[in-house]
Amino acid sequence: MTDMPLTPTVDSLFRRNLRQFRHNRLAMASVIVVLIFVIMAVAAPLIAPQDPNATDLFRRLQPPAWIDGGDWAYPLGCDGLGRDILSRIIYGARISIFIGLAVILLATGVGILAGLAAGYFRGWVDVVIGRLVDILLGFPYLIFAIGLMAMMGPGLMNIVLALAYKEWVIPCRVVRGETLAVRELEYVEAARALGAGSRHIMWREILPNILSPVIVVSTIRMANVIILEASLSFLGLGVQPPTASWGSMVSDGRSFILEAWWVSTFPGLAILLLVLAINVASQGLRDAFDPRFSE
Amino acid sequence: MTVLLEVTNLRTEFNARAGLVRAVDGVSLRVSRGECLGVVGESGSGKSVTFSSVMGLVRLPGRVTQGSIFFDGRNLRDLSPEDMRAIRGRDMAMTMQDALTALNPALTVGEQLAEVLEAHDDSLPPGRRARRAAIRDRSVEMLGLVGIPSPDTRLRQYPHEFSGGMRQRIMIAIALACRPKLLIADEPTTALDVTIQAQVLELISDIRAKLGMAVVLITHDLGVVAEHCDRVMVMYAGQVVEEGPTEQVIEHPRHPYTRGLLASIPRPALRGQPLTPIHGQVPDLVGLPPQCRFHSRCPLARPECLTDVPMRDAGPGRKARCLRLEDMA
Repeated sequence: MTDMPLTPTVDSLFRRNLRQFRHNRLAMASVIVVLIFVIMAVAAPLIAPQDPNATDLFRRLQPPAWIDGGDWAYPLGCDGLGRDILSRIIYGARISIFIGLAVILLATGVGILAGLAAGYFRGWVDVVIGRLVDILLGFPYLIFAIGLMAMMGPGLMNIVLALAYKEWVIPCRVVRGETLAVRELEYVEAARALGAGSRHIMWREILPNILSPVIVVSTIRMANVIILEASLSFLGLGVQPPTASWGSMVSDGRSFILEAWWVSTFPGLAILLLVLAINVASQGLRDAFDPRFSE
Repeated sequence: MTVLLEVTNLRTEFNARAGLVRAVDGVSLRVSRGECLGVVGESGSGKSVTFSSVMGLVRLPGRVTQGSIFFDGRNLRDLSPEDMRAIRGRDMAMTMQDALTALNPALTVGEQLAEVLEAHDDSLPPGRRARRAAIRDRSVEMLGLVGIPSPDTRLRQYPHEFSGGMRQRIMIAIALACRPKLLIADEPTTALDVTIQAQVLELISDIRAKLGMAVVLITHDLGVVAEHCDRVMVMYAGQVVEEGPTEQVIEHPRHPYTRGLLASIPRPALRGQPLTPIHGQVPDLVGLPPQCRFHSRCPLARPECLTDVPMRDAGPGRKARCLRLEDMA
């Protein structure tokens, strides 16, 4: 075997999975849609045709441009205070994406720590964390978030916290389960035989090997978090006016739904499109990265 | 030769649902510096558990309940988990049974080698850059030592990019990275095909000679032991049943179990004749009465064998756990 011709290909499992992911056209299209939303959020001041908070009562409930009475300077029409809906959707993307990302990052971080500890140490650590997870899972998510928002008061950081308080249990359970499986594997035992300590085993031996399902679950959950944020804003518990948020825009349009359907419809479509794109992309991610789905 | 590892009367028990399983029961053994000890026995005879106990790797529900383990003059059972951790990998290292799963699939081979060196090698120079360069040089050297071609490029590869035999060698390279005084190789060849088996065993013997380290070779293959070990220890149902210099034990076994094991190996001289299996099964290790554990399968069993049989001298440097060992000479 020493004279075997060598064509060393530096290629990690991660890269192979990534390649498989790129071959999935639907997933790639979804990634592009998500990216468009992200660019929209980042470059909002450059893209938005109007000031999102500028009211103009003469344009109150002005219809979209292609309907009689519309104006191409306000392509998707105006809301009850005469604000440009397209600009508000573009600025609203900032809120949705920021909250989605912040909640998922926070929750995944906490979930990884708690899940690793529970799965690796077992015993009372596992019992305490497990009970906490059970209790949190027992609450309906939205009711829990509403309760927290009522206690903490509105505000961007408070929404992130209210959602993350419960969201961490999802990655936690995934990490715990995977850790339980991986900690018994030979290479973990081999690492112990070479003098590795608990911290090293958790961070270097276990975590890199369970990261794929965690990433997949987190992206799937991000869509959920965005819906929850929209729900909170719809209920008036989210970001406070006049800041544009998709949920509160839908809520604003509720009272004119019969005479001015566009006020609620376009932000609703934005939620739909972003959530759908994230879901399809994460499906593709799961197909590529979860070994149980690879052929 | 001075003694490196001396285990006396070791007992390791597992609290299983069926009751207390005494996986290792009163095992005593000795490994001298630079020596190769072969440990033979069938699955479940306690070979691996014995050395997991030595390494301090037995975890609940298992527990070492009795005995002493002196390694390099220190009783390992008195050491704190921290001190024990420092010894593992630095002074004694163990390679796992299954080479295909014993490397971390998410890290490159180079990273895995570097981690052991980083953790245990005190000779590394201070300063990040010098340190990294030294680790790299040592890693290349170790891969070269175990015969991996173009080691500097291969360091950047992941375990799945290597064949089974190469993975086994890499595992050996990692175990040897800090030049341990004792290498415990747990069935290093079980997962490999025959030609690779020979290469890996050759490699272990070579390195042993080069580095002057002691090796414990755990296997169920007496042929491997005959070729590579100075002394052999045969285990059965958690006890040592025979030990002595390899050649003598294999040519003149003094315990009926060893004899049975040897008779069940296919040999060219006996071509055409049926193999002689050992009839019956290993006894259940739960609640064993104090008696010879082999008697139910032993062709020489007598009523006296239903007592606790101690290890008895069977010639210079040899011992066997049999009341009738004189009859077997």
